[in-house]
Amino acid sequence: MTLVFEKRKTVSKTAIVVVPFISFAVSLVLTGVLLVTFGANPFETFAAMFKGAFGSGRAFTETLVKAIPLMLTGLGVALAFKLRFWNIGAEGQLTLAGVAATWVAVYWSPWLPAPILLPMLVLVGCAAGALWAGIPALLKTSLKVDETLVTLMLNYVAILISQFLYYGPWRDPKGFGFPGTEMFPKAAWFPRIAGRAHIGLYFALVAAAVLWFVLQRTRWGFELKVIGNSPKAARYQGISVERNILLAVLLSGALCGLAGVGEVAGISRRLQQGLSLGYGYTAIIVAWMAQLNPLAIPFVAIIMGGLLVGGDQVQMVMGLPSSMGLLMQGMMLFPMLAGSLFTEYRIKRMTGTQTREAARGGV
Amino acid sequence: MKKTLRIICALAIALSVAGCAKKAEPVAAPAAPAAPYKVAFIYIGVPGDLGWTHEHDVGRLALEAAFGDKVKTAFMENVPEGPDATRVIRQYAQDGYDMIFATSFGYMDPMAEVAAEFPKVKFVHCSGYKTSENMSTYFGRIYQARYLSGIVAGKMTKTNIIGYPGAFPIPEVVRGINAFTLGARSVNPKVQVRVVWTNTWYDPVKEREAAVALLDAGADIIAQHQDTVEPQKAAQERGKFSIGYDSDMRKFVGDSVLTSPVWNWGVYYVDTVRKGMDGTWKSSQYWGGLSDDVVRLADFSPAVPQDVRDLVSTQKVKIVGGTWDVFTGPIKDNSGKLRVNEGAKMSDEELLSFAWLVEGVVGKVQ
Repeated sequence: MTLVFEKRKTVSKTAIVVVPFISFAVSLVLTGVLLVTFGANPFETFAAMFKGAFGSGRAFTETLVKAIPLMLTGLGVALAFKLRFWNIGAEGQLTLAGVAATWVAVYWSPWLPAPILLPMLVLVGCAAGALWAGIPALLKTSLKVDETLVTLMLNYVAILISQFLYYGPWRDPKGFGFPGTEMFPKAAWFPRIAGRAHIGLYFALVAAAVLWFVLQRTRWGFELKVIGNSPKAARYQGISVERNILLAVLLSGALCGLAGVGEVAGISRRLQQGLSLGYGYTAIIVAWMAQLNPLAIPFVAIIMGGLLVGGDQVQMVMGLPSSMGLLMQGMMLFPMLAGSLFTEYRIKRMTGTQTREAARGGV
Repeated sequence: MKKTLRIICALAIALSVAGCAKKAEPVAAPAAPAAPYKVAFIYIGVPGDLGWTHEHDVGRLALEAAFGDKVKTAFMENVPEGPDATRVIRQYAQDGYDMIFATSFGYMDPMAEVAAEFPKVKFVHCSGYKTSENMSTYFGRIYQARYLSGIVAGKMTKTNIIGYPGAFPIPEVVRGINAFTLGARSVNPKVQVRVVWTNTWYDPVKEREAAVALLDAGADIIAQHQDTVEPQKAAQERGKFSIGYDSDMRKFVGDSVLTSPVWNWGVYYVDTVRKGMDGTWKSSQYWGGLSDDVVRLADFSPAVPQDVRDLVSTQKVKIVGGTWDVFTGPIKDNSGKLRVNEGAKMSDEELLSFAWLVEGVVGKVQ
């Protein structure tokens, strides 16, 4: 007798809603076990983490600071994933957009009228993100080059470009030779809502709603869905697969780019080391946990942001090593992936003959 | 009616007494056990790196040894440089810590931002240049010890190529490379110091890779400006010598480490925290050297011959005595241009914004 995975014929609607919560509970239990082995009380730790992330107004704004780039990159990644375009390049798109926004903020500001500066900065930043995503999209649609590899490798290229600039030609002349551009002029700062949380939050929430509407309620959204399910079927229906993939991925890159714009214009107000702390990669977790649903992404991003900010407490209050925070993130992801697997598949027991038949059938 | 009035009077008296009691509290405080002075440290790596962060943590433990339960120390490890550090520093300030040490260059702006918000908390930043009423900077003239270690390397290299994985092309690192090279070339003008930038302070894998690349290029001694012992281990595995940094890396790697320029932060930490406790702390820019004992040259490996040790101690005496310092002209840059005239001494301002490499260094500061 063997066990095999079998695709479920129908995916239960309740499962889609309930499974993520069960997965979350499972990950809490697993993390709890991990904490116990480190000699920490899991309840105390979770309480400290929750307090650190949501316990006060200031804490919550810090959680939002993390959640904003996660929402935007999460949305961008989710859109590409819907089409089965594996955009692992959110990090690079974010970074290059940060570079482009810096270019506008520092080098256009002397002659650009102040009121146009911010819109221009957003526009150029998003365009840079779109451009960076457009390269792998074009390679995929025209030459069938695997996008996973290209998007991933372009991350490093973008990061190196940004380093070259703030170590080299863009280095602040008044910075004693230390790396980093000069501070942006005030007109190029994203207004802050509370604490360090900036208006990128509004952009992210609007983007989530618009993306949901586009995917659910428009013809284009429908076309994208068909392409995601079966490019062959889409072609048969006369949908231009290449053109649509290209457009959607450009939009995906622009969303990731907006995250980068927010980071430089809203948080650091200059280009320097530490622009992105792996938001583009965490975005993948966010998108999966949200089951690629744009409306769920803001909530998941806030939970994830809370986990990152609350993770500080693991060190500060509980005195555990910093790697614990990363371990906990990993512990979150695995049950989630398992959960989504079991939503779509089920385990079936097979007798010997069935297995042979299945093997012959090419399962 | 009278009854009510009496109650109100009684209440008023009770309240005023309570008010007095509150006011009297500061006077009564010394009788009660004093709250410990709370000191926090922000680390870029982990104390287990056996290098940079390890030495800061040794300094933190020196505080606990010196003050016992009068201080309470805490630290946060693996804090990324840049805006993310703002949150961590603010958290400590908010949690009532009295003094916060941030131990990497990239914490400068975040610390300056938080310092402006918490005027009563004392902020102390390692290796930067921004100060305010409640924010100090501190660093050590490790370049003096690096110069001495350069003498050892210059004497002991056979290929005349010394490899040097460097973290970032910033003044702190450039100054160290230059001092090391000047030391090596003072005893062996044929020496070339080849630099590979890793663009990271703490990344064991990258640090090792850089060292291996340099060994492949013919280097027979590996010096370094990184946070871990990995470059030293890479050299040892190839049967090559190395010069450590941060901690006495010979203890962790073996006698292939000829010597190491090392930090001794405890001296500074204990002094600074004492000033914080007794109220004499003032914002300052501390930059102590060998004479303050805040930087040292670690003990030699048995592989270092006596004549080399003698050379080092002669120079050391001059530096400690203040009769001579490392960056005294003539000094040429690595394009051959004379940068410091014969007999001239570079000022601290020039040293703190060092952006060119001396003759003998193969590498570029972007």
